[in-house]
Amino acid sequence: MNNMNRIFLFLILGSIAVLASGTIDGEIVKQALNVPAIVMFVIFVGATLGITYWAAKRTKSAKDFYTAGGGITGFQNGMAIAGDYMSAASFLGISGLVYAKGYDGLIYSIGFLVGWPIILFMIAEPLRNLGKYTFADVASYRLKQAPIRILAASGSIATVILYLIAQMVGSGKLIQLLFGLQYEVAVVLVGVLMILYVTFGGMLATTWVQIIKAFLLLSGATFMALAVMAHYDFSFGSLFAQAVEMKGLAVMSPGGLVSDPISAISLAIALMFGTAGLPHILMRFFTVGDAKEARKSVFYATGFIGYFYILTFIIGFGAIVMVFKNPQYLDLAKEAVSGGSPILGGNNMAAIHLSHAVGGDFFLGFISAVAFATILAVVSGLTLAGASAISHDLYASVIKKGKADGMAEMRVSKIATVILGIIAIIMGIMFEKQNIAFVVGLAFAIAASANFPILFLSMYWKNLTTRGAVIGGSIGLATAVALVILGPIVWVQILGNAEAIFPYKYPALFSVTAAFIGIWFFSITDKSHDAEAEREAFEAQYIRSQTGIGAEGASEH
Amino acid sequence: MNKELVDKIKANPDYQRLVKTRSGFAIKLTITMLVVYFAFILTIAFNPALLGAPLSPDSVTTVGIPVGMAIIVFAFILTGIYTKRANSEFDDLTNKIKKSVKEN
Repeated sequence: MNNMNRIFLFLILGSIAVLASGTIDGEIVKQALNVPAIVMFVIFVGATLGITYWAAKRTKSAKDFYTAGGGITGFQNGMAIAGDYMSAASFLGISGLVYAKGYDGLIYSIGFLVGWPIILFMIAEPLRNLGKYTFADVASYRLKQAPIRILAASGSIATVILYLIAQMVGSGKLIQLLFGLQYEVAVVLVGVLMILYVTFGGMLATTWVQIIKAFLLLSGATFMALAVMAHYDFSFGSLFAQAVEMKGLAVMSPGGLVSDPISAISLAIALMFGTAGLPHILMRFFTVGDAKEARKSVFYATGFIGYFYILTFIIGFGAIVMVFKNPQYLDLAKEAVSGGSPILGGNNMAAIHLSHAVGGDFFLGFISAVAFATILAVVSGLTLAGASAISHDLYASVIKKGKADGMAEMRVSKIATVILGIIAIIMGIMFEKQNIAFVVGLAFAIAASANFPILFLSMYWKNLTTRGAVIGGSIGLATAVALVILGPIVWVQILGNAEAIFPYKYPALFSVTAAFIGIWFFSITDKSHDAEAEREAFEAQYIRSQTGIGAEGASEH
Repeated sequence: MNKELVDKIKANPDYQRLVKTRSGFAIKLTITMLVVYFAFILTIAFNPALLGAPLSPDSVTTVGIPVGMAIIVFAFILTGIYTKRANSEFDDLTNKIKKSVKEN
C-alpha cells in the first residue's frame, strides 16, 4: 500500500503543477536547453524507475511478467489502454491536423474511436476467457500450435517493429526540438529507459508507467483546453468565429482527408479492425482478473480516449487562434522561402506552442516532459508485446512445444526485450531522414488484415481450420504489404515513380477482404482428418469463451 | 472440457438464454455503431456540404461539429449500455451456469 500512496502523491503533485502553471509568465526559450522540461522529465523518470524497482520485486513468474499477475482493475486497465492509444503521435499529430485542416482532424479521431465499442461487443470477453498471455493463445486454441503461432507472432512482431520505428523517429525529433538534445542521444535514451522498465518491471511497471502518463497527459490537455475556452468565455461560437477569421471558413467543414468512397471505407476498416488487431492493446486484456473487469476496461478506455479527442479538437482550434501568425512561434527562415506562416517545428508542434501560449515556460516544460513520457510508455508497451510474441509464441509454444519452464520463458522474453530495444534504437537512427509517413498506416493495415481476421474467426467460426487460417492470414499479410508498397505514399512519394500502381492510400478494404475470403475458402475445402477434429473442438471452446469456465484467473499472491 | 460436460452445458437453459440474448444484444449494438459511423463517413465522401452547412445563418459553427462530438459521446454511451447489462444480467446468468456445473 505504501507504494500506492507514493504513486498517488506523485500524481497529486503532478496535478498541482498543472494548476499552478497558469500564473507563470516567462521568456521564450526555444531549442536551447529547456530547464523546466528537463527537471520535470527527470522527476518523471525517477518516479517511474522507482515503480520499476517496486514492480521488479513483485515480478516473480512468467504470469507476473506478461500480465502483471492478472490483478489489474478495470479502471486501471482502462487508463492503461487509453495510455497505449494516446501516443505522442496521436496527441501531437491529431492536434496538429486540427490546427492545419480544422474539421478533418475530428474525422480522423472519430475513426480511431469507433473501433472500441466493437472491441467490447465482439472481442473483449472471448479474448479474456480464452487467452493467457498473447492473442495467439486464442487464435491457436483449437488449431495446430506451431503454424498459427508462427503466423500470429510474425503479424505481432511486424506491427510492433513498424510502430516502434514511428515512435523512435518521432521521439528523436521531438526531444531534439524540445530539450535541445542531439537526435541520437534522444533515441538511445528512450531505448535504454524502455529496456529498463520492461526487463525489470515487466507488465506491472509498464502498466503503471502507462497509467501515470495517461493521467498527466489528460490533466495537461484538460488545462490547455480550459485555458483556451476561458479566453472565449467558454463559448465555442466565439472560438470558432475567431478561428474562421484567422484561417477562413474551410476549417469548419470536411476537406480533402477522405475524398472518395473507397478511401473513406478503406480508412474506416483499417482504423476499426486495426485497433482490434494491435498486439500491445490485445495483451492488456490479460492483465485483468475476469471478463467483468475486461468489459469495464473498455468502457473506461473509450471514455478517456473520447474525452482526449474532444480535448485535442479544442487544442487544435486553440492553436489556430493563439499560435497561428503569432510572431513568437513563426518559423521566419521557412517563411522567407515558402511563405504561409509556418510554425517552428512544423504543424505537429501546434499543441506544444499552445502550451507555451497559455501557460508560459513552466507549462511548456510540463507538456514537453509529458510528450517524452508518452513516447517512453508507448514504446515500453509495444516492446513487451513484441517480446511476448517471441518468448511465449515462438520459444515456449513452437520451439519447446509448450513444455518450457516458466523461468526459462521469462528469461527469453527479457533477452527478446533487450534485442528489440537495440533494434528500435538502430532503426530509429537509420530512419532519421526517411519519410516514415507510411509506417503507422502499414502497421494498422497488417493488424487489420492478418491479426484481426484470424482472431475474430477463431472465436466465432466453427469451420475455421489451421490450413484456412494460415493461408488466408498470409494472403492478408502479403496483400497489405504489397498494396502499401504499390500505393501512392511509397511508390510515388518515396520511390519517386510518376504514378501509383495501386491508387489508394489505405489498402485495408482490399487486404481485409482478401484475408477473409482466403480463410473461408481454404477452410471449407479442407477435408483432412485434423480439420474435422478442429471443427469438433469448437463447441467446448465456444462454451469457455462465453462463460469463462476454465479461464485463467488472477494469480494467488 | 470433456464431451459430457459440453453436452450438459449446451443443454442448460440458462446457457442457451445467455448465448442467445447476449449475442443478439452485442450484434444489435455493433450494427448500431457501424451504421452511425458509416453514415457519417459516407456523408463526408458523397455530400460533405451537408456537414459543412452552418447551424444558423449568422453562425460559423457547422452542423458537422455537434454531429462529430455526438458520435464520440454516442460511442461511449454504447459501451456503457453494454457493460451495465453484461455486468449484471449476463454475469448473473453466467454464475448460475457455473454453479450448476459445480453442483454435479
